[in-house]
Amino acid sequence: MANKFDIQIRAEKQYAILETAGYLNDALGERLSKEAQELIEKGYTQLVINLDKTALINSIGISILIEIIEALEQRDGTLNFCGLSATQERTFRMMAIAKYAGIFPDEKSAIANF
Amino acid sequence: MNRKKEAEKVSNTISNDLVLLTIPMRRDMELAAAQLASVIAESMSFYEQQVEEIQMATIEACINAFEHSKSPDQQVFTKFIMRSDELEIKITDQGVGFSHDNRAQQRNNKPDIHPEMRKRGWGLEIIHALMDSVNISSNNNGTTISMVKCKNETDQEDGQE
Repeated sequence: MANKFDIQIRAEKQYAILETAGYLNDALGERLSKEAQELIEKGYTQLVINLDKTALINSIGISILIEIIEALEQRDGTLNFCGLSATQERTFRMMAIAKYAGIFPDEKSAIANF
Repeated sequence: MNRKKEAEKVSNTISNDLVLLTIPMRRDMELAAAQLASVIAESMSFYEQQVEEIQMATIEACINAFEHSKSPDQQVFTKFIMRSDELEIKITDQGVGFSHDNRAQQRNNKPDIHPEMRKRGWGLEIIHALMDSVNISSNNNGTTISMVKCKNETDQEDGQE
């Protein structure tokens, strides 16, 4: 069973959006982390991760999301999530991610709350 | 559980309401178990959010076996027991058993900046949070995580935030 995944990046002037598709495990997580790190090195400190097309996620993938939150914190940046399912949001809140990153229903509200 | 309840549970399980799947400990094979869990839960008319919770718990239980069991046969045995009011999922490996020593981090994470937002060691907590009851039995011949999701209205209401 192949896990097909993809990341679409839309970089605007003030912020960038990373939209994932597919199962967020270590493989997609590592690629997402690499893309986020490149954006941070280019000077982006406001990132949105849109998980709307990611139906399944595991704890290893989430641990890599935490690394991105920490990398942005070191640059006084902010990470906002959007497009989470109810179960994903519940899990993120349990793991205290909601204390250090924003969780919003859609991209528009995620961008508006930087 | 008393004998009467145990007998009721057995009578609620029709013999052919049992699905078995053996998966190898290979990349993404947890998705095979999660996909099967989804099909079974949907066939039992669980709510969409409950189906997602069952899938995620199944993934975490499989990953737990992949990462920590050190099983010589490199296989995970999944058993789905469908009852009228609940779904029980048993994830079994024939590894070295559950201990804090063999649950050391597999991935070389950077140190946690915020201890409450630690990066690893969440698998069992996630399973406990998403399922209605969880039982772990383990010895030096292997580990079984048994988890139950009940079909009730309150689950759906609790999940809505």
